This record gives sequence, structure tokens and C-alpha cells, in this order.
Amino acid sequence: MLEIKNLCVSIEDKQILKGMNLKINDGEVHALMGPNGSGKSTLSYVLSGKEGYEIVSGSIHYNGRDLLNLDVDERANEGIFLAFQYPMEIPGVQTSFFLKTAINAKRKYQGLDEIDALEFAKLIKSKAGDLDISPEMLKRDLNVNYSGGEKKKQEILQMSLLDPSMAILDETDSGLDIDALRIVSEGVNKLRTPNNAFLVITHYQRLLNYIKPDFVHIIADGKIVKSGDFSLALELEEKGYDEISKSA
Amino acid sequence: MAATKQTIEQVNKLGNNEYKYGFSTDVDDIKSPKGLNEDTIKFISAQKNEPDWMLQWRLKAFKVFLRLPKPNWAKLNIPEINFQDIYYYSSPKSLKDKPKSLDEIDPEILKTYEKLGIPLVEQKMLAGVAVDAVFDSVSVATTYKKQLNDLGIIFCPISEAIKNHPDLIKKYLGSVIPVTDHSFAALNSAVFTDGSFVYIPKGVRCPVELSTYFRINAVNTGQFERTLIIADDDSYVSYLEGCTAPMRDENQLHAANVELVALGNAEIKYSTVQNWYPGDSNGKGGIYNFVTKRGACRGNNSKISWTQVETGSAITWKYPSCILQGDNSKGEFYSVAITNNMQQADTGTKMIHIGKNTTSKIISKGISAGKANNTYRGLVNMQPKASNSRNFTQCDSLLIGNECGAHTVPYIESSNSDSTVEHEATTSKINEEQLFYCMQRGLNSEDAVGLIVNGFCKEVLQHLPMEFAVEAQKLVAISLEGSVG
Repeated sequence: MLEIKNLCVSIEDKQILKGMNLKINDGEVHALMGPNGSGKSTLSYVLSGKEGYEIVSGSIHYNGRDLLNLDVDERANEGIFLAFQYPMEIPGVQTSFFLKTAINAKRKYQGLDEIDALEFAKLIKSKAGDLDISPEMLKRDLNVNYSGGEKKKQEILQMSLLDPSMAILDETDSGLDIDALRIVSEGVNKLRTPNNAFLVITHYQRLLNYIKPDFVHIIADGKIVKSGDFSLALELEEKGYDEISKSA
Repeated sequence: MAATKQTIEQVNKLGNNEYKYGFSTDVDDIKSPKGLNEDTIKFISAQKNEPDWMLQWRLKAFKVFLRLPKPNWAKLNIPEINFQDIYYYSSPKSLKDKPKSLDEIDPEILKTYEKLGIPLVEQKMLAGVAVDAVFDSVSVATTYKKQLNDLGIIFCPISEAIKNHPDLIKKYLGSVIPVTDHSFAALNSAVFTDGSFVYIPKGVRCPVELSTYFRINAVNTGQFERTLIIADDDSYVSYLEGCTAPMRDENQLHAANVELVALGNAEIKYSTVQNWYPGDSNGKGGIYNFVTKRGACRGNNSKISWTQVETGSAITWKYPSCILQGDNSKGEFYSVAITNNMQQADTGTKMIHIGKNTTSKIISKGISAGKANNTYRGLVNMQPKASNSRNFTQCDSLLIGNECGAHTVPYIESSNSDSTVEHEATTSKINEEQLFYCMQRGLNSEDAVGLIVNGFCKEVLQHLPMEFAVEAQKLVAISLEGSVG
């Protein structure tokens, strides 16, 4: 699915990622854990193609293609999805209209006709219902005056509608209370198939109790310093980043 | 179609030298002689078979034009206009002068038609191609005409109204925009060629949106349009002007006058989508659009609402205004002005509160991209007797890129102590994070900009009649194409 090799990335001459390697296969869930400033969010932006990041060296291959050659929207339509740590507010744009626009962008890319209004209504009703998102919510402007939890649920709703093959969750658990965390996690778990993969970026082991990862990686100072299974997350919780990084 | 028939008639007339003022040499067979003088005005008046009082009115206006200086308050770079180098009567065009096919039209304009989903016949009509095919709107117009007649509604070209309804014309023409207002108003009064006339009788609610689009000869109204709408007591009308497709037009200068009169309890809703040719990306060509639009709420409890979407023209100079004379009368102004490339716009409104308990609301959204400049200029004036009156103004500017400009110039004058005037203004750049977010969801950069800007304009666009709103949304996106890299 995704293969990152020796990736070095700078922002305004400051090197953030310093030789990152990561391979994710179909059907796998990887957790990426690390302290603030270790390069977690940078990786998520580089994967989704945000401007302002200079690829100094290394490569990213996605389903056999050179991902770095694709524009942001191409990557999205090829199945890369980023659930934002801070989802953007878009005033004046009704949430349901935004969702429909996004679905149709993907359909257009795939050479399909626009989604039928009735089909869309049915689809959104069932998916929003799963995440405990009310129909009134969908009439509001996208993310405007949403609570932190509502924004995160909205990200998961978009994810479920766009059905990505490679989903990146950037600190989706931050700002969630325990109920929202459960709902969001269930939403993610529902989407898991043998054909897609997840990269879950988080500070805390808490989220991983709900979304069980196949692999856990610890990132420090721009590269992965230790990889393991779920037990690594537990060990991290116990010992803290410093000790694990030192022992690595 | 009737427009074609009319053209043929006009051409025939000219060919037979029927007109009174015997211009013969170097006269293009469908145009008045170049230049602005009394003869030109007499020519226009004769072309329209106008009564003498109308001609005299025009001549008086011309004298006023000669002595008034050009308005210079706008933040616009206006090239010197040589009024003697303009044809003042050039429509309707003869068939042979028209482009023979769409191949002769700027491909950029055709691309826009395609994006707006405009049918082929209509594309030809808009582009000014000689069309002989039956055009749908002819039958549409006929259907509406019958329905309107039954209600006593008058909806016709103003040239027809001058002949058939002289009393109404004499009473109201120039009563909202005096000839002496400023030089463009005087110029229009002297040389206007056509436009719409609407009269809604007492107590009648006009059942359809009136639109120049339905009027058969609408496309050929020319560069000096004159429109007069009168809503008598307890009546209602919604009027749509223009169309969302760019009109192919070689005229440089447009100076329209639009007057609205709302009597007791009457309401007029006037919507415009202006998409004249803006010039190319280097600022070559394009229309200079100097428009005077003003509505008078003469009766108590009357209401006038202007909604405009201005995306075209090289220069837009336009301040649709309301004179709130009647007690409890209401004025509204909702505006979206988009400038891209080298376009310049100086637009806004004037709300003149005269009556008691009058209210006005101004919502203006200016969007600048490329190297364009966009100015909101608005006056709120509370007269001494306008006690207990209110105004609310909100001006938001959005900048796309680093080379454009947005300016907000509010003028607030209050001459009484119990009125309230509120003004809110914001200026922001289009948010790169929002663009990235939309593109991460699969939208290409142009669709992302279109979506965000449409969201920014929503408060205004939602005031457009349904059939206009959808096209206007597409137009907003199209006007900003190429504005992000």
C-alpha cells in the first residue's frame, strides 16, 4: 500500500523528518506515537501533499506509484485521506453540500456520474446516524461553531463517505471525551477491510484501546526509533517517551 | 424571431432614407453618425419616432451634460473618454454585421457558455450571432405577455412606453435620478436608446419574475439603457436584469440609468447579474460600466431591495441607492463584486433616510484577485426628520493573492439623535488552510476557491431568485478561474 523510504523533509530550511522509513501493507493498522515536535503531523501533511514542505531526499510509493508526483486533490481521489487534527471551518458552505461536492469530485475522477440526490440522502442518513450526527448538524455550515468532538466526528463521517484506501488520522483523539472517543473509534473500526490501511497518529495509548493497531511505531526527532506490536504502546505509557527513545 | 424581424425593418427603413434628419455621407447604414451633438440626439429620437416633448427633454439633458464635470470621487483609474469617438445609436445591428457563426467569437467566451450549460441557440443569441432559428424565449415572452396584460401590468420597451403611456413617463422619468444629478446621468438622459418600462397597478402582485431576458429585443438594448419601474400602492414586483453569460459587445462605454418608484406599501425587488466583457488578463479591452440606479420609496411602508452580482466589466462604477421618503419604508442592498486580473470596481450604495422609522440594510461582499482593485463606497444619511431610523451595514472583503486591493469607504451622516447607524467591516485573505482542506477532500484548486468564495457570498446570493442563484454560483467560480496557482 504505502512505502516510505529514507524520507528527509525540511520546512524553511529546518529539517523535520530525518530519514523516515515505514511500510504499510493492505489491511494493516499502524500507530505512530511520539512527543510534540517529533514530526508526526509533518508526515501526515507530506503524505497528503500540503505545500511548504521540501522533500530533501527519500521517496514515498503508494500502490506502486510515486506519490510525490501527485497533487493534493489527485492523492485524495486516489484514496489518501487525512483526518485533520484541526478541521477547517468553511463559513457559508452547508455541511451536506460540502459532503456531496467531495463525493462528486471523487466520482468525477473515477469517470462516474454525479451521485443521485436520493442515493446521497440515503447514504448520508445511514453514515451520519452511525456516528450519532444529527440531520440538523448537516444543515449547518461546515465545522462552524462545532465543538471539538463534533469536528472530529465530521472528519470520520467524511472518511466513511469517501471510503479511502489509506487513511491517516492525525491526533483524532485530542479534545474528545470518552463517549466521543468510543463513537469515533467504532466508526473507524467499521471501515477496516482487508483492502485498506490506517495510520493512526496519537500521543496517547488511550485511543489504541479502541482502535487496535497491528504495529506501533515510536517517532523521535524525525525518525522512527522503535517499532513493535500493541505491547509497545503499553510500555510507552508506562515508561514515557524519553526512556524509550534513549533505550532505542 | 422578432428581434431579427425588427432588425430587418430597421435596416429597410434606413435603406429607404426614411428618417428625417437626412444624414447621408459616411454614415454606416445602421449607426448614427459618430460623436455627440444635438444632431445625434435628434437622430436617436427620430429613430424611435418619439414625440417632441421627449426630444426636448433629451436636448435639455444634453445641455446639462455639457456643463457638468465628470464625477471623480471613485477610486478608479478611468482613461479619458472621448465622447466624440462613440456611436450613440448602433443597435439593433444589421444581420450582415453580425458574426456569421460562433467560430468568429472569442473562444474564452464560448468556454464560459459551456461551463454555464447554456444551450447552443442561446449561446448564439448572447454572442450576437445572426440567428434565424426560432428562439424559445419568443414563445415564453408571448405566454407571459398575456398573463401580465390580464393583470393590467405594463411591461414593455421604454421606447414603446414613451409613445403609449406618455402620462406615466412624464410623471416619473427623471423623477428619481434628476437629469442634473451628475454627468453620466445627464448623458444617459440625452442619448438613451432603450430599456424596460414596468408599471404594476394598485394591489397587484406580479406573479412572475420580470426579466429583460423574456423581452424579445432585450439583447439589443444598447449601451445607454434606461429602465423605469413603478410599483403602485400595495403592489409587488421582482425584476431580474441581465444574464449570467458574458455578452459579446464591442461598445466600450455603458452608462445606464435605472429608476424605481415604490408607492404606499409597495415592494420592488431588483436583481442584477452583470457579466459584461472584463477585458483580457492584461487589461486590454473590456466594458466601462457607469451605472446610476436609484429607487424612491415614496409611499409609507414601501420597500426596495437591490441585489447585485457584479463580475464583469473592466471598470464598474455603480451605487444602487434608496431614498427612503415614506415613513416605515425599507431599503436593502446586497452586493457581491468580484474583480480579477486588471478589473476595477468602485461600487456600493446610498441610503437616504428621510421618513420616520425608516430602516436600511447593506451587505457587501467584495472579492479581489489578480491585480484587481475593489472598493466599497457607501453613504448612509439620516435626515433631521428621520427619527427612530436604523441602518445596519456589513462590508466584507476577501483577497486572493498578493497583488490585489480591497478598500472600504463608508460615509455616515446623521442629523438626528434617535437614529442608529451600525457599520461592520472585515478584510481577509483567502485561507490557504481552507483550500488545502477542500483539496484533501478531492476538489481541484479552482473548485475549492469557488466553494469557499460562494460560502463567503452566501448571505447575498441567497437573496437572488432561485433560477438566478444557481447560475450566479457557477459564475462566481468561473470569474475567479486562474486566480490561484
